[in-house]
Amino acid sequence: MKIALRHGAGGEETSQLIHDIFASHFQNEILNKMEDAAVLPKIDGAPVFTSDSFVVEPLFFPGGDIGKLSVCGTVNDLACMGAKPLYLTASFILETGLETETLEKIVASMAATAKEAGVKIVAGDTKVVEGNGGVYINTAGIGMRPPACNISAANLKAGDTVILTGTLGDHHATILTQRLQMETSLQSDCAPLNHIVQTVLDAGIDVHAIRDITRGGLATVATELAEASGCRINLEEEKLPVSEAVKGLSGILGLDPLTMGNEGKMLVAVPCNEAEKALAVLQSTKYGKDAVVAGEVTEGAGVFLLTALGSYRKVLPLRGEGLPRIC
Amino acid sequence: MREKELAAFLQQYKGRPLKLMEVCGTHTSALYRTGLRQLLSETITLVSGPGCPVCVTPSSYIDKLVEYAFTPGCQVMTFGDMLAVPGSKMSLAEARDQGGAADFFYSPEEMLEKAKAQPETTFILAAVGFETTAPVWATVIKMAADNNIKNLKFLTALKTMPQALSFLCSKGRIDGFLCPGHVAVITGSEPFEELAEAYGETMVIGGFSQPQLLRAMVRLVLESSKGHAGLWNEYPSVVKREGNAAAQKMVDEIFEAGDAVWRGVGLLPGSGLYLKEKYKEFDAGSRGLNEDRIPPGCLCSRIVLGDALPTQCPHFGKRCTPEHPVGACMVSSEGTCCITYREGGTT
Repeated sequence: MKIALRHGAGGEETSQLIHDIFASHFQNEILNKMEDAAVLPKIDGAPVFTSDSFVVEPLFFPGGDIGKLSVCGTVNDLACMGAKPLYLTASFILETGLETETLEKIVASMAATAKEAGVKIVAGDTKVVEGNGGVYINTAGIGMRPPACNISAANLKAGDTVILTGTLGDHHATILTQRLQMETSLQSDCAPLNHIVQTVLDAGIDVHAIRDITRGGLATVATELAEASGCRINLEEEKLPVSEAVKGLSGILGLDPLTMGNEGKMLVAVPCNEAEKALAVLQSTKYGKDAVVAGEVTEGAGVFLLTALGSYRKVLPLRGEGLPRIC
Repeated sequence: MREKELAAFLQQYKGRPLKLMEVCGTHTSALYRTGLRQLLSETITLVSGPGCPVCVTPSSYIDKLVEYAFTPGCQVMTFGDMLAVPGSKMSLAEARDQGGAADFFYSPEEMLEKAKAQPETTFILAAVGFETTAPVWATVIKMAADNNIKNLKFLTALKTMPQALSFLCSKGRIDGFLCPGHVAVITGSEPFEELAEAYGETMVIGGFSQPQLLRAMVRLVLESSKGHAGLWNEYPSVVKREGNAAAQKMVDEIFEAGDAVWRGVGLLPGSGLYLKEKYKEFDAGSRGLNEDRIPPGCLCSRIVLGDALPTQCPHFGKRCTPEHPVGACMVSSEGTCCITYREGGTT
């Protein structure tokens, strides 16, 4: 069956769609009440709240799909603030012509990812617009952050060690090759990162800052952190992990893995005396096994790369449109 | 450790002061990216040449594209870099903001399908580039012709390097040239050999990776410091003396040489490629776009010839930035001013 305007009109067809697809996959005790809004239990700690929208093209790609991405994106934004993600909302804008089977696959993927991340989807909305079978998703999320936590982009300190949780550019390269209809072994790294953040925090490490490396890549994220904290970040070219497939593709297309986006990697800044421990903890986790020490924070400004020749070059944030609709 | 030793040679060079030029925009960028430029001895001045295709496109070419963007039924398509290049009135990006039809493609080939899918639209493709890109354009034009796709038109501003290098050599202000490796893959090393011989210049063809660049730069410094004339091919894995015959044949099938205006430089005889008579129905009016207006004070014309450094331009970093470019060299990711502005800091 194809989605039509009547599925978003709020009548019987909308109810049917919600019942058959959304409620059956997302079910939990809060959503099941089907009230106008979700009533949440009291949160112990500071509520942390964020929202993200997803417009990726194509909808399905090796390693993920728009549904998985929409849960990971919001979960990861909460996790990067040191919060434990608890509840999500999921709002859909569907274009007419979308197959309900496609929608169900996306929704099932969201449910599976939410289960892995340990979050509940407690409210949502569906609208239908005229179009050509497209899907757009917004998720908002609430997490709980312990009062003592002060993880922040502005909290880098000179002397901190910068850790990368894995290889750069995988998601970006995957989406690009899908668009160009190239056959490769590339897989998006799209993943919920809240458990690895939790593992590091549970180990008692004094994490100063975390950022997930999404659009704009490491170069952009590092620049934002350096600016927010009034520090300089030195990265070491020879230590930055890039898979052979991404290296090959970026070489051919003239892309720089430093400005290519991920959906399952983070930059983590910790005091240098805790770096070794933090690295070991990260490497013990499912999504952090390739973690490396990538550089250090010093006094100054900007982001610089220590090249293999031993000179420093300035690292620049992404400029211009890059690759649109990557997430 | 050999690489570190080569790097140390460039860092510690104390021979006669050298003014060297990297001609190709991709080299300009790669020299920053690898950190090679940052470690050169102070006695080596490295200037950039006219090797960024966007930077040498005259304003009348942009004006023509803008005119098409506002022509009902037409859609202008370009490489992303072209959108922000200032015309005499506006850039394509500004035209788009005012309702003009202009967009970018990732590769020209994708336009064949797009044109088939939208037969009611005439797509004007901005075919800009050097010898490296010309075979791609030739292939697309050939395919458009073979498949009878009549709603694809090409506004060409394709240029060839040897004529520009010849012009630079005739001025005699450069001690040695790092010649464009990608261009040489297509043309072969022979045209560069001829230039080196004719003008008594030191020329080195180099690749783009860190080890390749390092080897080429060391060769260039060694030979030019001794005043040795000749061509050294330090990219022999892919650059052959005769070049890529198949690509040359493809280009010859579609294009013929003609005079072309290089932004800031002027008219260089025989330095352009234009569609042959047989394919003229695909030409969107590429010949005779010779007017070239440079904004007052803009030093682009001296910068593309290596006569001035970007930092010597009064607009550099002030009125002229990548976000608000005054001159073309600030637009492209291969433009000297843009690269210098963005990558300039080293400490």
